[in-house]
Amino acid sequence: MAKNKPKRFYDYSLLFSVIFLTAFGLVMIYSASSYSAQVKYGNSLYFMMRQLRIAAVGLILAVVISKLDYHWYAKFAGLAYFLSYILMIAVTLFGRKVNGKRRWLGIGGASFQPTEFVKIALIVMLAVMITSMGNKISTWKGIGRVFLVTLPIAGIVAANNLSSGIIICGLAFVMVFVASKKSLPFYACGAAGLAAIFLAEPVAAIIDNLHLLKDYQMARIHVWLDPEAYALDGGYQVLQGLYAIGSGGLFGKGLGESIQKMGFVPEAQNDMIFSIICEELGLFGAVSVILIFLFMIYRFMLIAGNAPDMFGAMIVVGVMAHIAIQVVLNIAVVTNTIPNTGITLPFISYGGTSVLFLMVEMGMVLSVSNQIRMEK
Amino acid sequence: MRTGHRRKTAVLCALLCLCMAGLMGRLAYLMIARADYYSARAQELHQRERTIKAARGRILDANGVVIAANRTVCTISVIYSQVTDRERVIQVLSEELEMDEAAVRSRVEKRSLREIVRTNVDKETGDRIREYRLDGVKVDEDYRRYYPYGELASKVLGFTGSDNQGIIGLEVQYDSVLKGKNGTILTMADAVGVEIENTFEDRIEPEAGNDLFVSLDVNIQKYAQQAAEETMERKGAKKVSIIIMNPQNGELLAMANVPEFDLNDPFTLNMEFATTLTASQKQELLNQMWRNPAINDTYEPGSTFKIVTAAAALEAGVVSLNDTFSCPGYRIVEDRKIRCHKVGGHGTETFLQGAMNSCNPVFIDVGQRLGVERYCRYFEQFGLKGKTGIDLPGEASTIMHRTEDMGLVELATVSFGQSFQITPIQLITTAASIVNGGKRVTPHFGVTVASADGMNVRKLDYPQGASIVSEETSALMRQILEQVVAEGSGKKAALEGYRIGGKTATSEKLPRSMKKYISSFIGFAPADNPQVIALITIDEPQGIYYGGTIAAPVIADVFRNILPYLGIERNQLDVD
Repeated sequence: MAKNKPKRFYDYSLLFSVIFLTAFGLVMIYSASSYSAQVKYGNSLYFMMRQLRIAAVGLILAVVISKLDYHWYAKFAGLAYFLSYILMIAVTLFGRKVNGKRRWLGIGGASFQPTEFVKIALIVMLAVMITSMGNKISTWKGIGRVFLVTLPIAGIVAANNLSSGIIICGLAFVMVFVASKKSLPFYACGAAGLAAIFLAEPVAAIIDNLHLLKDYQMARIHVWLDPEAYALDGGYQVLQGLYAIGSGGLFGKGLGESIQKMGFVPEAQNDMIFSIICEELGLFGAVSVILIFLFMIYRFMLIAGNAPDMFGAMIVVGVMAHIAIQVVLNIAVVTNTIPNTGITLPFISYGGTSVLFLMVEMGMVLSVSNQIRMEK
Repeated sequence: MRTGHRRKTAVLCALLCLCMAGLMGRLAYLMIARADYYSARAQELHQRERTIKAARGRILDANGVVIAANRTVCTISVIYSQVTDRERVIQVLSEELEMDEAAVRSRVEKRSLREIVRTNVDKETGDRIREYRLDGVKVDEDYRRYYPYGELASKVLGFTGSDNQGIIGLEVQYDSVLKGKNGTILTMADAVGVEIENTFEDRIEPEAGNDLFVSLDVNIQKYAQQAAEETMERKGAKKVSIIIMNPQNGELLAMANVPEFDLNDPFTLNMEFATTLTASQKQELLNQMWRNPAINDTYEPGSTFKIVTAAAALEAGVVSLNDTFSCPGYRIVEDRKIRCHKVGGHGTETFLQGAMNSCNPVFIDVGQRLGVERYCRYFEQFGLKGKTGIDLPGEASTIMHRTEDMGLVELATVSFGQSFQITPIQLITTAASIVNGGKRVTPHFGVTVASADGMNVRKLDYPQGASIVSEETSALMRQILEQVVAEGSGKKAALEGYRIGGKTATSEKLPRSMKKYISSFIGFAPADNPQVIALITIDEPQGIYYGGTIAAPVIADVFRNILPYLGIERNQLDVD
């Protein structure tokens, strides 16, 4: 039997880059959080140990999922999509408040952020939809249907957590872009987005004059354009991150030597962890981390390109879009390239739900890779 | 289809690479081009500055004796978050500092970054507390001003406040010289301000203040202070001042103003009060206590001022020693009858005899010969109108008639030292300038300033030498004033073997109906070549109040002690 079984591919490079990034993340979480963990909980390992446990469970889960045939869970796509709505409505009504926002849902003793579940459910849902649509995805009508599925759930998520809403829209956009034969409209959208960043100042001035945005949204844009002028109201986090990045220099202060993590950068183990990486490991360390993410993206591209079917390719593209968007946005926020919005750095930032569902996504990608038949 | 999405993923991948490259570029910009800027800003944020007090310069007397120095004291403070055994800290601190346990407890248990338990703790106690090695208890050393002689020349030296800043006296005048430059310790701190251990410390060393060498001589000051105290006690006077100066260069050798106060405890009043005082009342009394009457207060100099009238008249050539005058016991000027202190009058006398008798009518006549305008011109020429420029704060100005408001009656009273006010320092400075050969001197204490290591020595300069009277006039004045002591009203100041010149005065305080007096005597020695000049003013003596009787002998007594000390030999010829 075993001899007749076709030789299958398994992307160990991707698996090991995930393990490496997660382990590196744990080291950085320890470095970034030990001081505040000691102050807050009297245990410098507090955050690191929590993350370690969930990451370990996640990794096992990923390996298990990677051995399953990914077509199997296509059946649950509709259910998961429906469950997303229920969870989002539940969290909006009964969620646990953290920092004034209901983003956590308690189930039994554990609690998790449903937005992370929504991302994965939507990736599977869209993959199923796009596959079943076939060539229709290249028509405006097909594209419209995808967005009809995406926008309601994205809207609910955005109301709860704007940055997750943006990510959800982003990954749908990327999946449609890859599947569709149309190109120009997507490039036009991307170009418009880039232009908005580069022409931010005049655009902001125009928006300001037209009173299109609310005051607090305008304030974020002002902070972004000149964080030092708003150091006391809103610019604090960004500015502290910039201090950390700038004081890293070429090779950094050395692992564990960050001073900005000592209460200056708020929740240094979280969204802002990249700034601590910069401070401690310098430009060298920061670029290395980015290169590892690029390597992951490269592996995703290979798997997507060689996936046995459209469904597999779409799942990989969705996961790739999800991770790439979060990495780009996180680093862009930390370096104050775009206005501040809360996005974590995949595999590295502290956050149980995020790492657990990322591991599940990786398991899905690995399972797609496992279905690739090696050509003799 | 298949190639389509493959191409698109490749495009996507390329686009993502572009994005990442852009972000890397942004990072490179932040971490290379802006690195200096942001790390400097971060450094600023992390560094905490702690001041290291600079040692204040010492004050040393003419012989190099230290009269103001620093003593090490400790500040004991607790850092709440670092204290491990709170009860023990409370127990040890309350025992060692001899403080109420509740008071210590409230400080130790207060949640603050750093709570000062006690300042100005002496070094031995501070060292003992440090020996306990209690977590979270900090013992910081600090300097505190210390005056080894306590009350000596208190109003001259002055003292400093808690911030090491001079409050009165030389400590204020030479504050910039003595103060030095505070240093800083730079430490790293976390966002809450707690110092991070084992972080690089930048230390800017403090620069110690300069030492000030003054002309004051502790021994002469002690004699003067003792004499002043005895006089105050014996005569039941309110206060007594004695100024001793070198008339040749204006260096002040002593300035005693009794009652003095304790410089090591300057905020305690030097007298008892039955009733409790309000804060402002107490401050008022403290200000009174700190006042240096020799320079801060003016008075009517009375007969000692006849030195000025005589010198002006001799300089102008309107009188000579042998001119004769007659004194019927009064002189009528315009419609005013001005009395001589001798009711029966001195009869016919020469100018010299008039000076020896301190006869008012003689000096009224001499003043009238000069006339208002000329008198005022000399008054100004002698430097009486302005301040002396002494290197002490708060010197009072002369209160004098304006020339255009001065009539002959005013001229008459000014001639023998009434109806205007000057400070004692102004009087002795002017007298010194008249008898020293005619050069106006600037009275001063500060002589040299030396850096703490003694390497840099700077001599202090004072305006000197404006000629106010000729050498001849000066010589005549020395002769007159020597006669005043030898055979005239100042004969109680005579000292066997020494040639002493001087002039007495008894000034009536205003209002005259109070019958309160200031008795004074100004004397110098040797009379032919003055090396030392002294002025005593006795404020409100009880009983006999004549300057010639009570003030002159005090100066004789001071001279008896200090002339040999200053190396001024007895004149052998005069012994027989």
